[in-house]
Amino acid sequence: MTSAAAPTETGRPVPESGLTGESVTLRVFRGVPGRKQAYTTYEVPEVAGMVVLDAVHWVQRNVDGELAVRWNCKAGKCGSCSAEVNGHPRLMCMTRIDTLPRGTITVAPLRAFPLIKDLVTDVSRNYETNKLIPPFTPAPDDGTPWRIPQMDIDRLYEYRKCIECFLCQDVCHVNRTHELSARFFGPRFFVRVASLEMHPKDVLDRRALLHEEGGLALCNITKCCTEVCPEHIHITDNAIIPLKERVADRYFDPVRWLGRKLHRGGEGSGAGPAGGPPG
Amino acid sequence: MLPYTIRECDVLVVGAGGAGLRAAIASAEAGCSTLVITKSLLGKAHTVMAEGGIAAGLANVDSPDSWEVHFADTMLGGQLINNWRMVDLYAREVIDRVYELERWGGLFDRTEDGRIMQRAFGAHSYRRLCHVGDRTGLELIRTCQDRLVHTAGTDVLMECTLTRLLVSGDRVCGAFGYDRNTGELMVIRAGAVVMASGGWGRMYRQTSNSWEGTGDGAAMAYEAGAELQDMEFVQFHPTGMIWPPGARGILVTEGVRGEGGILRNAEGERFMERYDPVKKDLSSRDVVARSIYKEVQAGRGSPHGGAFLDIASRRSAAEIRKKLPSMCAQFEDLAGVDITREAMEVGPTIHYTMGGVRVDAETAATTLPGLYAAGEVAAGLHGANRLGGNSLGDILVFGRRSGEAAAEYAKGLAAKPAVSEKQVAEEQEAVLRPLSGDDAKSAENPFQLHRALQEAMQDDAGIGRSDESLHRALLAIGELRERSARMRVPGGRALNPGWQTCRDVEFMLTISEAIVRSALARRESRGAQWRFDFPEKDDQLSRVNLVVRRHGGAMAVEERPLQAMPDEVVTRLARSRFFDPATLPSHYAGKVQPLPVEAHP
Repeated sequence: MTSAAAPTETGRPVPESGLTGESVTLRVFRGVPGRKQAYTTYEVPEVAGMVVLDAVHWVQRNVDGELAVRWNCKAGKCGSCSAEVNGHPRLMCMTRIDTLPRGTITVAPLRAFPLIKDLVTDVSRNYETNKLIPPFTPAPDDGTPWRIPQMDIDRLYEYRKCIECFLCQDVCHVNRTHELSARFFGPRFFVRVASLEMHPKDVLDRRALLHEEGGLALCNITKCCTEVCPEHIHITDNAIIPLKERVADRYFDPVRWLGRKLHRGGEGSGAGPAGGPPG
Repeated sequence: MLPYTIRECDVLVVGAGGAGLRAAIASAEAGCSTLVITKSLLGKAHTVMAEGGIAAGLANVDSPDSWEVHFADTMLGGQLINNWRMVDLYAREVIDRVYELERWGGLFDRTEDGRIMQRAFGAHSYRRLCHVGDRTGLELIRTCQDRLVHTAGTDVLMECTLTRLLVSGDRVCGAFGYDRNTGELMVIRAGAVVMASGGWGRMYRQTSNSWEGTGDGAAMAYEAGAELQDMEFVQFHPTGMIWPPGARGILVTEGVRGEGGILRNAEGERFMERYDPVKKDLSSRDVVARSIYKEVQAGRGSPHGGAFLDIASRRSAAEIRKKLPSMCAQFEDLAGVDITREAMEVGPTIHYTMGGVRVDAETAATTLPGLYAAGEVAAGLHGANRLGGNSLGDILVFGRRSGEAAAEYAKGLAAKPAVSEKQVAEEQEAVLRPLSGDDAKSAENPFQLHRALQEAMQDDAGIGRSDESLHRALLAIGELRERSARMRVPGGRALNPGWQTCRDVEFMLTISEAIVRSALARRESRGAQWRFDFPEKDDQLSRVNLVVRRHGGAMAVEERPLQAMPDEVVTRLARSRFFDPATLPSHYAGKVQPLPVEAHP
């Protein structure tokens, strides 16, 4: 990969250095809803270390300025450039061409979201879902700076690493195959709720929300979300399953169920067979 | 004229990075209907890329630290041409903003006894950066984002671009723009506008900036009549990735050095010991970036023209993975380098802009009534060079102040000023011209013009400049400006990157001209401004900021005397561990003596 690598001079790097002499065959989905949609193939000169987003940008700059792609940081930190590369949900900016099988690279938009144009989809429903989740709510206190053990931070940090790329929302079969997103928060927002529920200073209880609007029980823990997470969050094991356990404690514990029967009008009326037991 | 949608709000906030979000929260909490407009999706702004942390004098780790020391470090890092009143407010208030963020659900790493942990960073006297791993910016933006969407009276328009501020008489009354996805044209009527649109790096080739960093906010403010300041100061972050080319420009956090990493040249020498024997690898960014440049010039650069950043020999693999997880992943995924075992190859990359819209310290008001500016788009806090960790603090402190002041102003208006149909028609025509289909033969491609501008700015207005190179850059900008009138693109308004790039190019040309003209006028080297032909500081220029304003259709640069620190404030400078009386300009000389050594444990 370093064959044509002219050394660069700091402040004045040679712009196109690093050309490998090879070309990449890029097959890109093009189109808008309601009109002709098709793949177009482009030959892109390969540069050492090139990522899929670089190749898409090369096409945009040199062949077709109308090619639409969403991106921002190009460093795997913002989660904007999600797409399906050779059928797998990936961040285009973190997918190196030379890690993919040699041959044509197919780039398509996220399938579980409505198409806007080319590689760009409408992910706005995620932002609507987030509005349904009651925010972080600590107990009132005298305002003294908090003392929190690092152990708690370490646990929460995993959830907070989420960059909202929505690859998990895209791959989840509840959204993708069954199109149940209207009554299913999806993995991203289970992670979000977990970050709130596990925060030592938060005092709200979001279990009823998860069980009802959130559709937590629809998840049957196939772990597809965990596999595609670019931040390597153990979404299923560390967010969804603990939440399912908490919901189960509340709704399916026979002792608590009896307690509710005896104290009608008490907590939660949503318990019932419809939810089903957790995986 | 094509039809356009009209939206109304009390306060319009332009940008949804930390400054915009914090401003919108403050404005809505003050009772104003507040509309946030962002070119991207919510939560994707440059704030997410800030890795190191928030500088604040909590003194949780090093007890001698305080807001006064933070003040002194920031002023000295900015080479004393900062707006001292902004620095004063900032150093005091950032402490409250950190604790506030925690109460909004933001996480920070902890000390043994459970308080907020702080790490060392360049040119800070003490360990001062509150952080969570190397993803503090993500934590900040997510916390503010969730706070905003649950604050009554706020609304967010995602993926919309503004192209012009509308003015009525001498005041701002709204803005014109379009929805990037649909191409729908829009006018927003507002009582006040907070510009929180971030900085500009896209006119350079090697940059850590995303496509958004085209300087729209500063250019729109300038075009509407506001003054810009300190435009010559563009920060090269010393450590960007330089290899492979696909990863070039991506930021390598200063946290690597904060956690003990050191820079070496090709001979294995820790060269920062020569350039700054006191602060060494944690010297200020301008000094470290120049030192790497000089090593490369002297033939001691790394194979791809930079330096080696070594943490592998300084910390255990487990520590590195714990404190720098995203750096581990970034190098592994993009460069195939295991940073727990090997050195990283790094070099300077355009990262941040100290200059911007000139503002009042207390209110963030610009010189144009009704327009406020906060965060990277505003000038003054960082002077000639920003210290790491001071941008996340900046956006919280002045985001809040700008939102409160804008709300106050909007509430004081008897009625929203009327929007001029003529201005809307003019702007529509300008924005739509590239789609007109005429002039096809001499049509210019916006992507090519952008690339040509990047070459000119990188080569001639980059890390080191001279009268000759800057004049070359100015000539190139003039030629590109002429060609930009002929930009034509195929397609329509709906999600058409070629068309969207046209206006970006115009904004970048305006900002580039301001950078180059200011750099020409500052005939000295100070902070991020390094003039090969004037390698020393000029005492006279230590008393002024350079202000850029529109004057009869042309760009004028003038010296504006800066407000000198009162004597009792000058004495505070000695609180910095890096204070050296020999570096004081004549107007401060003799007013402050170094503290005894035991004052700096």
